[in-house]
Amino acid sequence: MTETVTLTVPSHPKYLYVIRSAVYPLVIDAGFPKKEARKIVLAIDEACSNIIKYAYEGDATKLIQLRVALDQQRLLMELTDTGRKPDVSKIVPRKLDEVRPGGLGTHFIRAVFDTVSYDTQQAAGTVLTLIKKRTD
Amino acid sequence: MNVEMVTEKFSGGFLLKLRGDVDMNTSSEVRSAIAAIFKQGSPGMKALLIDLSHVRYMDSSGIATLVECMQNCMKTGARLRLCDLSPSVRDVFELARLASVFEIFPTFNDASAGL
Repeated sequence: MTETVTLTVPSHPKYLYVIRSAVYPLVIDAGFPKKEARKIVLAIDEACSNIIKYAYEGDATKLIQLRVALDQQRLLMELTDTGRKPDVSKIVPRKLDEVRPGGLGTHFIRAVFDTVSYDTQQAAGTVLTLIKKRTD
Repeated sequence: MNVEMVTEKFSGGFLLKLRGDVDMNTSSEVRSAIAAIFKQGSPGMKALLIDLSHVRYMDSSGIATLVECMQNCMKTGARLRLCDLSPSVRDVFELARLASVFEIFPTFNDASAGL
């Protein structure tokens, strides 16, 4: 059986902790180890930060919706925004041997999740789907 | 969620203690605190130690802040040493593969030795 939790927060950075605070216990309850859970929280937080920075371009009056679906096989997290659509071909993690500020968020997301996909087919905004397989 | 910062002066330089979440919402406050330390310590600041034991969460903007701080230290000739990384900070350093880039020590005493 798939259990689903949906959470909507304003697109202000001060609400990022609300997402983090909700995701961590969900992931722990789902059986992920603490270290893995912390990395999942980091990755989802980075994805939300990217929505605020790039999709909404700092507009704090919009909304970010997170849907978490858990079943025996996987953890699925879906982030929906109504902002500017990204050029998906340009979303690439930077090289880690360049020690410089910035650009790590995409690397974290791809390092933590098994599948990362962007759907820009709807009228407005993007649905980012992140999937992590269960290993147990 | 907030970040709290305490700056202390010691014989080898300055110690910045961070507590709370260093994220997109708060990293600019940390950057300002570091800038104030550089202002207070210049010229001739020998070292800046940052205690990360009570950082509950750090994201890529926190990492960017520390990288900028390291670059400023290199420009001014000061040593940057990080001490007592919390589990969340360890995770983000591990993912960013930055553990070998910074000088990291288990405690303040270890980090301040020899300064």
